[in-house]
Amino acid sequence: MTPQRQGVAVRLEGLSRHYGAVRALDGLDLELAPGEMVALLGPSGCGKTTALRLLAGLEDADAGRDVVDGRDLTDVPVSKRDMGMVFQAYSLFPHMTARQNVAFGLRLRGRSSAEQRSRAGEMLELVGLSSQADRYAHQMSGGQQQRVALARALAIEPQVLLLDEPLSALDAKVRVQLRDEIRRIQLDVGATTLLVTHDQEEALAVADRVGVMRGGRLEQIAAPGEIYTSPATAFVAEFVGLTNRMDGVAADGVAQVMRARIPLLPGSVASGPVSVLVRPESVEVHTQRDGEAEVVAASFLGSLGRVRVRTADGAVLLAQVPTGGAGVLQVGDRVSLALRPVPALAVSRD
Amino acid sequence: MAGLQRARVRRQATFRWVVVAVVGTFFALPLLGMLEFTTRAPGGGRTAAVWRTVADLGGLRTTYPELWAGLKASGALVVLTVLIMLVLLVPTMTWVRLRVPGLRRTIEFICLLPLTIPAIVLVVGLAPVYAWVTYLLGGSSAWLCFAYVVLVLPYCYRALDAGLSAIDVRTLGEAARSLGAGWGTVMVRVILPNVRTAVLSASFLAVALVLGEFTIASLLHRDNLQVGINQLGQRDAQVAVAVSFAALALAFVLLLVLSFAGGRRTRTLTPLATPPTQEPA
Ligand SMILES: Nc1ncnc2c1ncn2[C@@H]1O[C@H](COP(=O)(O)OP(=O)(O)OP(=O)(O)O)[C@@H](O)[C@H]1O
Ligand SMILES: [Mg+2]
Repeated sequence: MTPQRQGVAVRLEGLSRHYGAVRALDGLDLELAPGEMVALLGPSGCGKTTALRLLAGLEDADAGRDVVDGRDLTDVPVSKRDMGMVFQAYSLFPHMTARQNVAFGLRLRGRSSAEQRSRAGEMLELVGLSSQADRYAHQMSGGQQQRVALARALAIEPQVLLLDEPLSALDAKVRVQLRDEIRRIQLDVGATTLLVTHDQEEALAVADRVGVMRGGRLEQIAAPGEIYTSPATAFVAEFVGLTNRMDGVAADGVAQVMRARIPLLPGSVASGPVSVLVRPESVEVHTQRDGEAEVVAASFLGSLGRVRVRTADGAVLLAQVPTGGAGVLQVGDRVSLALRPVPALAVSRD
Repeated sequence: MAGLQRARVRRQATFRWVVVAVVGTFFALPLLGMLEFTTRAPGGGRTAAVWRTVADLGGLRTTYPELWAGLKASGALVVLTVLIMLVLLVPTMTWVRLRVPGLRRTIEFICLLPLTIPAIVLVVGLAPVYAWVTYLLGGSSAWLCFAYVVLVLPYCYRALDAGLSAIDVRTLGEAARSLGAGWGTVMVRVILPNVRTAVLSASFLAVALVLGEFTIASLLHRDNLQVGINQLGQRDAQVAVAVSFAALALAFVLLLVLSFAGGRRTRTLTPLATPPTQEPA
């Protein structure tokens, strides 16, 4: 294997970029620890790609700096930044074989052809494509093409790896498989990695930390578990995973919702009438003939199921229920509801 | 069902052949006429004498100096026009796609504009320009290349545009630059190899157009092949027709080569998402 490289620290400071009237990035601050993998997640148009392209040097910032390993790279052109990039699709050079693609960066760096060949071979082995070395892009599947693109990006021994929705053009099964592989390789190589994705499952599954963006800024950045269990804002809570907005009354760090007392997360509205953001898995559903709620929709998702129930006061709640066992819920069933006292975020009612 | 289907296929095949036959006749008749005319012997009967004259390039030079001058000028014009056209169009079109996609419509409009202007009108505009060209560069026929670049622009633009549209210029360029390539390297090592066919077709089109051009050269009093043939036609019609025929045949061969080269090198980029390829889980 190649010498293990430890990644470098990357810092984006107050990056701004506008296109006409659109503020694509609005003072983005982001820090990546050496060797860390950060996923940027957010709705379409929130500036994820722009952030990555600014770090890559493919676009110029209106304001702010990129600092990599203590060096200000803001004015360094793309070709001198030594960052590996993987694009969404169609990025392999069509007139070159997989091996030539991977060797391209080394050729530009004037390495001997023997070295190019052996390193390209190594990289293709790393992504599990040794047998496809002499194929052209059009002879490979989408997943294989993306592996070659990854091998090509890694061949130049980048200290920073930039991935812009590398899996979004692939079908679901390949996507899951390849994302785990990307993570394995990233840990193996140790490059500091920025992954842009709109797929929250992907972000939560592979990243050390997930940054949720909104309107050109970071809304919250934290470990995947924390993003899910302790969202800092209503936007994060509702963007990542599913939530119910339930009316309650807050006081002393606790909200009274239905008959339950829900502890409140930091950042919650402290007192008065509030909306509490409750996850479906915190809503317990029990079949009961004279229950106060009625099942209005049920979907089966394999190991678990989701039901929509309408409560007596007309609100519709989403609940997650284990499948299997007795008591499969049907539309029209009467049920009773209970809330688990899992900490949740309370926001003012709108 | 199957019978109906077969009948339809057969009808379509017949129709295709009828179309080919009609179009073929339409193009072949004048050519046959030319061939017939050039092989007439003075007293009746057939002779290949005219064709022997034409094939003897050395003899042609002394017997028909106006034709020779036209040939030489057209040779130079072909080379210059193709070179200038490629140097002008390929980097510009690539650059527009990479950096200022908003300008694409404008560039397209400018490039297609000459199509709407009749050659005769073009000459009216070009005459004063060429007064300056003559003053600055001399009166050589080779400087017609500037006018010819304008003339071939629409066709070459179309050909190159098709080639560039077939690849993702922006992503390929960005991928190459992230790997350390400068702009020159991106052009030469990444873009050009992938639009070879388009460059070839644009060049052949330019060659065919330049070899067939008469109006501008004649009205600006320059030499080229067609002007030479025209002058010759007044002296020796048979040789003139024979040379015309040869020029046509050359253009035809070029186009044939082009379609073969294009056919063989076409590489379709398979879309990534479809069809869903099964990979071992
Ligand atoms: N080259 C450009 N010209 C004009 N506007 C642009 C350009 N690039 C991005 N934008 C705008 O900037 C905003 C942020 O775009 P960006 O591509 O960063 O979003 P994103 O978060 O990557 O979205 P997606 O998930 O759809 O890829 C959008 O409103 C977009 O329309
Ligand atoms: Mg994007």
